[in-house]
Amino acid sequence: MATIAPATEGLTTADGVSLKVSLARANARSRRRALLLVLPLLAFLTVTFVLPILDMLYRGIENSVVPETFTRTTAVIGQWDPDTAELPPESIYEAMVGDLKEAYASKSLGSAARRLNYDLPGVSSLFRKSGRRANRIEEGPYKDALLKIDKAWGEPAIWRLLHRESGAYTASYFLAAVDMRYDEQGDVAPQPEYRQIYLRLFGRTLMLSVVITVLCLLLGYPVAYLLATLPLRTSNLLMVMVLLPFWTSLLVRTTSWIALLQTQGVINDLLVLVGIVSDDGRLQMMHNQVGTIVAMTHILLPFMILPLYSVMKTIPPSYMRAARSLGANPLTAFVRVYLPNTVAGIGAGSILVFILAIGYYITPALVGGQSGTLISNFIADHISTTLNWGLAAALGVLLLGIVLALYFLYDKIVGIDNMKLG
Amino acid sequence: MEQANDPIVRFDGVQKSYDGETLVVKKLDLDIARGEFLTMLGPSGSGKTTCLMMLAGFEPATHGEIYLNGQPINRVPPHKRGIGMVFQNYALFPHMTVAENLAFPLEVRGMDRATIEQKVNRALDMVRLPEFGGRRPAQLSGGQQQRVAVARALVFEPDLVLMDEPLGALDKNLREEMQYEIKHIHERLGVSVVYVTHDQSEALTMSNRVAVFDDGVIQQLAAPDVLYEQPRNAFVAYFIGENNRLYGRVEAIDGDHCTVRLDDEGASVRALRVNVEGVGSRTTLSLRPERVQILGGEQAADNVMSGRVEELIYLGDHVRTRMTVAGNDAFIVKIPNAHGHAVLRVGDTVKLGWAADDCRALDPPTGEREPV
Repeated sequence: MATIAPATEGLTTADGVSLKVSLARANARSRRRALLLVLPLLAFLTVTFVLPILDMLYRGIENSVVPETFTRTTAVIGQWDPDTAELPPESIYEAMVGDLKEAYASKSLGSAARRLNYDLPGVSSLFRKSGRRANRIEEGPYKDALLKIDKAWGEPAIWRLLHRESGAYTASYFLAAVDMRYDEQGDVAPQPEYRQIYLRLFGRTLMLSVVITVLCLLLGYPVAYLLATLPLRTSNLLMVMVLLPFWTSLLVRTTSWIALLQTQGVINDLLVLVGIVSDDGRLQMMHNQVGTIVAMTHILLPFMILPLYSVMKTIPPSYMRAARSLGANPLTAFVRVYLPNTVAGIGAGSILVFILAIGYYITPALVGGQSGTLISNFIADHISTTLNWGLAAALGVLLLGIVLALYFLYDKIVGIDNMKLG
Repeated sequence: MEQANDPIVRFDGVQKSYDGETLVVKKLDLDIARGEFLTMLGPSGSGKTTCLMMLAGFEPATHGEIYLNGQPINRVPPHKRGIGMVFQNYALFPHMTVAENLAFPLEVRGMDRATIEQKVNRALDMVRLPEFGGRRPAQLSGGQQQRVAVARALVFEPDLVLMDEPLGALDKNLREEMQYEIKHIHERLGVSVVYVTHDQSEALTMSNRVAVFDDGVIQQLAAPDVLYEQPRNAFVAYFIGENNRLYGRVEAIDGDHCTVRLDDEGASVRALRVNVEGVGSRTTLSLRPERVQILGGEQAADNVMSGRVEELIYLGDHVRTRMTVAGNDAFIVKIPNAHGHAVLRVGDTVKLGWAADDCRALDPPTGEREPV
């Protein structure tokens, strides 16, 4: 439009209205109608998808429980310089005693203590104990009174923690999600070796997802090719077989893999029967990465086959024939002519399988064991068991970020408009 | 071994069946001369494309042998036959540019870069698209894509090029233009071309010889003019050009001619005896519309019959007139738009005449071939 605008600037319709204005008017109506049509879905998605994601983003940095519980302390702790070796002045201790009394009475101390315990393990019991006994402190000096309850109140680390986390937002969840923490001095430092789990978990999740994607591609490509080239009757039957797992519950499929793969399972029994492995040398194919890879490849295979099929269906058989008639042997014809024309399907299938795999939950939870669980299992764990929602949110945001980054990378290399989902 | 007058292709008793029950190609014996432009013409399902696919190597012959340059090629895979091919929908590779498409057959033959570039440029010049090397096929018009497809089939200099209804997707004007262009390329390069089409005017325009296929059999193999002027049976007469048909029974035979009594009115007609079994057998009379004259008062002809005008269609250079003659109400007469031509009105009854040599007595009408 923009390029031809100068030429049409002076044009008007028969009644003298500018052509552009009447065009916009004419189009506005159909645009309104289109908007009305998608409105219900838009509203639904906003409520069920966009808002929860924003909420999760927020929870990853939200820290209001600390300033709300320790109102007095957070108001005055700024007077203390955390870089000195000295303890805070009496006024801050007094504020803390007041906060402890009030929080204990309103029963909000527990959640604040749990929150701070994520950053400095062991601090939870200190707060609970002090809260119980703070009521007995009638008057100052408050510093000595608190020190009498627990000597830990004399350590600058606790005050540094309170100083750092006195704001409404915190970075500590995200630091924890990448295996970092604030050390004693309040600087950002890596977690001690034995507590580093998330980066390795992210790495494993990415690695397993890549392996599963590649396996799906290798297994799915020939099937999709057959589907696209066989006569209709045969290919319909094959299509039903591809889709059949789709119509079975995910849980049923996963548990049948358990029945197949476990040490006393069908495959091991068969191998022992045939004599390939001895009875006490049964293979461990479950509760490890093998189990996760096998089960997830099977479950995600249709997501690879269908986009590939839809792309291959559009490639006329004459391309291969033309390549052959021009002197290319079957392999060259495939590599130089057929394969490049299926790139859109490969890209679509791979990105679909990869993104599904990276956030997969049920299957690795059931067959993954120790070494085969993925990041999503830990996120679920933090949400339902440890109740550390902030860390769960931070891990989730990182996962989302990785997916978006890869999507962006894919767009740069292959181009999103080259993708064909069906 | 190779000699100039050896056929480049020989089909020797070739049969083809897809399902093991019916023969698509019944028995094909055909020699294609070196440098010839041979067209396989026929309705869809007549077996012509199957023959081409067997020659290209995409379909195995069920029985018989195909020879290329004197060598049997039934067991030679398509990429080793060295036959160029132009496909119905061009089959240009969409992910390559025009130049890459043209370079493809040269690259797989392991030619060096400089030679490839030179040959690609020459091929682009040949089809008058020298500036289009960097474009993608999707950026070209149908006619341009067609030219690229032709150039690609010729760029590796094959002796033989197959074309499978290459102009089917083009509109009428472009199709005619491309017919001449392909014809001229063929004349210039001297390659042998086997061309498949169901469009008879295309076949007549371009070919040295035309093989008319029907029902898995070559009905007639001849030069275009022979095919039109002297069709050997009713199918060829019907399929090539326009054709009026009258049915009757042979009454008498004298030398090259015969007398046929028409079914409907019992009038008898003198005709050229082409494909008649003998006295008493049924026959189809074939008569070209332009060979029928409207007779004035004293004019005479070998055969004279009366016809009633049913419909007049003005076509500029001639007036196409539909008449009822001997019970056939689809009898067409072309009246040239010349000075003094007969002015007719619907409903008029006029005298028609034609020469005995223009009226060919052919095989009995379909459905009556076997006595019921």
